[in-house]
Amino acid sequence: MQVDQLYQEIILDHYKHPHGRGLRDADDPAASVAEAHHVNPTCGDEVTVRVATDGAVLHDVSYDGFGCSISQASASVLHELLVGRPAGEAFAVHAAFVELMSGRGEVTPDEEVLGDGVAFAGVARYPARVKCALLPWMAFKDAAARAGVDTSPTEVQG
Amino acid sequence: MTTIAIPPGMPQYGDVPSYDVAAVRADFPILDRKVNGHPLVYLDSANTSHKPRQVLDVLREHYEWRNANVSRSVHTLGTEATEAYEGARAKVAAFINAPSPDEVVFTKNSTEAINIVAYAFSNASLRPDADPRFRLGPGDEVVISEMEHHSNIVPWQLLCERTGATLRWFPVTDHGRLDESGLTDLVNERTKIVSLVHMSNILGTINATSRITQRVREVGALLLLDCSQSVPHMPMDVVDYDADFIVFTGHKMCAPSGIGVLWGRAELLAAMPPVLGGGSMIEMVAMSGSTFAPPPTRFEAGTPPIAEAVALGAAVDYLSGVGMRAIQWHEKQLTAYALDALATVPELRIFGPNVPVGRGGTISFALGDIHPHDVGQVLDSLGVQVRVGHHCARPVCTRFGVPAMTRASFYLYTTTEEIDALVAGLEQVRKVFA
Repeated sequence: MQVDQLYQEIILDHYKHPHGRGLRDADDPAASVAEAHHVNPTCGDEVTVRVATDGAVLHDVSYDGFGCSISQASASVLHELLVGRPAGEAFAVHAAFVELMSGRGEVTPDEEVLGDGVAFAGVARYPARVKCALLPWMAFKDAAARAGVDTSPTEVQG
Repeated sequence: MTTIAIPPGMPQYGDVPSYDVAAVRADFPILDRKVNGHPLVYLDSANTSHKPRQVLDVLREHYEWRNANVSRSVHTLGTEATEAYEGARAKVAAFINAPSPDEVVFTKNSTEAINIVAYAFSNASLRPDADPRFRLGPGDEVVISEMEHHSNIVPWQLLCERTGATLRWFPVTDHGRLDESGLTDLVNERTKIVSLVHMSNILGTINATSRITQRVREVGALLLLDCSQSVPHMPMDVVDYDADFIVFTGHKMCAPSGIGVLWGRAELLAAMPPVLGGGSMIEMVAMSGSTFAPPPTRFEAGTPPIAEAVALGAAVDYLSGVGMRAIQWHEKQLTAYALDALATVPELRIFGPNVPVGRGGTISFALGDIHPHDVGQVLDSLGVQVRVGHHCARPVCTRFGVPAMTRASFYLYTTTEEIDALVAGLEQVRKVFA
């Protein structure tokens, strides 16, 4: 297996130049804000994801953490894909990403839904690294639930 | 490595026992395989070692020829299985120079062996008539170190929670050595046991134990040495080390997983209450209560890992055949070579002693700020197998301010070519994450 399938250029870009990194306060003081801190005990990856929402739309998904390129790039992609999205849509993207990661490389990702997340298709072939990729996504789900968001997915609107 | 001319009459380099590494490698079938299209470069023997054909043959022969339960049958197979099992105990005892095979308790691994001692303390603490050396309560102290594997931390934390005793720690210096400067305060009249790693699984440090042993004797405490990383790699003499208990595990010394050893002084094992109750470990069972067998049987409840123990005996034979002094010297040469070679890699930082003295062939490092998972993944794509993570020694990672480390570890079959492959692989890692 070639390692460049795992370390796609897109992943390395997100790792070296993360998008939206850093935990932020909500612009709107009335927003519901919650965060979740997840760790990967086998390797020491850590990420905190914070969600600011009015319950319907995710106004901000901010994060901080440290760890391997896969976990940190995944957090950057998470931020890019989900900020400003209606919650139902965000969880449709979430479901698609989880499905891709659980697919052992057999799932063909939909770029319309997953954007840069398609670059993680190669990660699914490395069972030891799937946890790294999913870490921020699982933290996001917990944070959203704590912020009072309904975490069931709806259809993604183009 | 610099070779210094040694004056005539002194021991010469040529006097050091050695062996043919290529011949040893031929005994390990797995070393022939390829990984991701590259020859296997296995640098993870501190995690688990490979098994030579001689050990695998004994394992297979046991099941194909003398499979039976031990210590309870009058039939021929049962007798032969028991003889093989007890024969392995005698081999292990001789390997560590134990005065008697009865001082060797077979366990599942080092973790279980440490837990047996910790739970013996726990059980004794509940019985006023128990041996006072094993009774713990508030005010008593247990001493470990910052460089322990989790298996020599958590059992003592749990014991201290149950008994109200206090857990104290030897610190680690910046160079990855045990900081003994506070020895007399740390080990004192309140100390009941010092449980210390002999060779660190993460820093590679080999602890000099004599000063600590002396202090332990002065205060009347007990000493346990976690030899999981030392017994596979160097000669061990429990009489010479003057410990009270040592623990080690078979899978790191060419034997299968599922078999480990608790060695204890006969008189101490005899004073310890049982831990796991069940078959084999009893003397007499009545509805009104039970009495227990003498050690080592007292601590081997249930059917033990019979074939694994027999295979551990074969592993001990194999290692003794190569020679533990020769293995120790081979690894010392490899360590010196690797420390020099790794020093040529830009931005590489070694955790632990950076000289091949008082350390074994286990080297942990950071490569710039590239996460160890990424280092390990790229190395794997080149066939190089290293361990990444906190190595079950998280306090050491915390001590050195990193969440994880990359670790290369050597054994009797490791070659300098494999260390070259590691160094070349690290250059590749730097390119990917440049």
